[in-house]
Amino acid sequence: MKKVNIEKNAAAFIYQDDVHVTEHDKNLWNARVKRDKAASEIPEWEELRNLASAIKEHTLTHLDKYIEQFVENAEKRGIKVHFAKDAIEHNAIAYEILSSHNVKNIIKSKSMLQEECGMTPFLEEKGINVLETDLGERIQQLSGQLPSHIVMPAIHQTKEDVAKLFAEKIGTDPNDTDPSSLNTAMRNNARPKFLVADAGMTGGNFAIAETGTFVVCTNEGNADLTASLPPLHIASIGIEKILPKVEDLGVFIRILSRSALGTPATQYTSHFSGPRAGSTMHIILTDNGRSKRLAMDEFWTSLKCIRCGACMNTCPVYRRSSGLAYSATYSGPIGIIIDPTFDPKKYSELPYHSSLCGSCTEVCPVHINIAEQIMDWRKVMMKNKEVDFSRRMAFKAAGVVLSNPKLFRVVEKVAYNAINILPEAITENKTLDPWAAHRKLPDVKKETFRDWYIKNRKSNEQ
Amino acid sequence: MKVALFVPCYIDLIYPEVAIATLELLEKHNIEVVVPLNQTCCGQPTANEGDQKNSAKMEKVFAQNFQDLNVDYIVGPAGSCVKQIKLHFDAIEQTEKVTAMRAKTIELVEFFTDVLKITDFSDLSFPHTVAIHNSCSSIRGLHISSRSEWQEPRFNKTEELLKTIQNINIKHINRPDECCGFGGTFCVTDEAVSAKMGQDKVSDYVGNEIEYVVSPDMSCLMHQKGISDKEKTGLKFLHVAQVLNNGPF
Repeated sequence: MKKVNIEKNAAAFIYQDDVHVTEHDKNLWNARVKRDKAASEIPEWEELRNLASAIKEHTLTHLDKYIEQFVENAEKRGIKVHFAKDAIEHNAIAYEILSSHNVKNIIKSKSMLQEECGMTPFLEEKGINVLETDLGERIQQLSGQLPSHIVMPAIHQTKEDVAKLFAEKIGTDPNDTDPSSLNTAMRNNARPKFLVADAGMTGGNFAIAETGTFVVCTNEGNADLTASLPPLHIASIGIEKILPKVEDLGVFIRILSRSALGTPATQYTSHFSGPRAGSTMHIILTDNGRSKRLAMDEFWTSLKCIRCGACMNTCPVYRRSSGLAYSATYSGPIGIIIDPTFDPKKYSELPYHSSLCGSCTEVCPVHINIAEQIMDWRKVMMKNKEVDFSRRMAFKAAGVVLSNPKLFRVVEKVAYNAINILPEAITENKTLDPWAAHRKLPDVKKETFRDWYIKNRKSNEQ
Repeated sequence: MKVALFVPCYIDLIYPEVAIATLELLEKHNIEVVVPLNQTCCGQPTANEGDQKNSAKMEKVFAQNFQDLNVDYIVGPAGSCVKQIKLHFDAIEQTEKVTAMRAKTIELVEFFTDVLKITDFSDLSFPHTVAIHNSCSSIRGLHISSRSEWQEPRFNKTEELLKTIQNINIKHINRPDECCGFGGTFCVTDEAVSAKMGQDKVSDYVGNEIEYVVSPDMSCLMHQKGISDKEKTGLKFLHVAQVLNNGPF
């Protein structure tokens, strides 16, 4: 698979115009500000985060037991549970269930796992129509793009982009950019299709081992329609979504939406506890690399993620790049540490798309040490020689110079000469020096501190 | 008290005045200062790349310079380099000497607020509007100020030192702890994003009518000043030691 050139993709997002990057940064920063405010209103906020982290770590380290318990209890409720070891199995199981019910049209709510498995293109190829019911996901589906954010899939698009898209795809007035009328137009277009769907597919935010029930959180209520209108409901749930007890849910419901959007809870927190009379409910419990990740010493805690997107909202690099730059299901800081577990070659550049500011680690509601894992991935990439040859050589050269005090002094003088003697046309040439495109070079002094010290404080020299 | 001065490589080369200010400031407060003359780099540039093999070479040189000194502290006027020593620096064997050396390495601001407990600089005057830039390494690595992501008591050790100066007007910008986009090698390998982050940071200063940006981390300022000079904003950038020592500027 071709390596993702994330730096180039991010540059394209920044340089397309002045509007997109500015709006994107502003909207996501606002989410971070709202998150801070929501957190400040809960006196036990830090206690909640510690508890959430501890519950996740406990569950993940006893996952075999809780999976068994969950499956046993779910099946008692009449839910049919299937195991999928990877994306291929997941899609095959989904298709098998759908075709056994002669399904032609499905509606689905947002599921990162189904994205991860590439389920929609797979089903469409088999002749099944798939309709996204989440507004942002529907915008992305019509745009032919991956979701760019875990919680706000179309956040990189402006309302003008959406107006243009809807005009093309569903015949709205291209000059009407009012979000509320665009929303109504999509509702009027999509809702009739909800009513004739043969099956509904959802994800699951939390699955409770002691009860065999699962919870889906949305702000549009679309998962409820998806699950309740058609006679068949299939939920794709990653094995890491399991929580031991119902009482654990209280902790997570309180932190999820506050971390994501700064709201006390999602508008809809729906508990599914078995099929309605006359309908069928399936769960596809999916591994797809999760147990492999669980065995990775440095990276297993990334499985604690509750997909709130707080790390994306706070990330200064993500806010200027947009999620599409990552060319992956998961973008932003959490994407950087998860994507390479799926394909270390394709995503080898992702860990370098970070200024290592560390805000992701600090904001995470379940205390995943994201920034540290980004560093650890760099170590892996460097060791496995996934990093470009020229980059590795540059640091080898740095290693030689900076570990040799005498050579370092020589290079210091060369740097002085290079910056002060060469004409600006050379030192400020962007192709020669990426520093200089948007920055002046610093002045390099003829006399280093060491020179000054030897001259002025020789008596103190040791 | 006796300390060793850790002079980060880029300060030696580009900002000798910051090292001079730091040395003089420490001496002014009756600290005996030794300067190991064969120091080069702490290894941060290669460590941040994940290049442990080459980091080990630099860490070895750093240890040769500092681990055998009979000093109470190793003081460095650079949050990110001190963070590298304190929190990373794991490419070489962690001998007793290495861990002891790492433990006594401290950033300049914290050395004043926490060790010397000197925070009164009211004999100085700096009649300017100042924004403080604590680097990401200083905030989230060394905790020289509280983290906005946490519900924790608010503090800012750099501000504690500066606020006693006469006539100084310290102003908080809109996003004080947002990364400026320097990020070491990130600033050239990810030029577009880095420059955009820097431009946004500089706009934040300009929008708040800041005259001076003062920081315990010159590396961020190198990037910010580069952006600011290119945009001809007239903003001035100083290391906190230059302000507290009243020069050299």
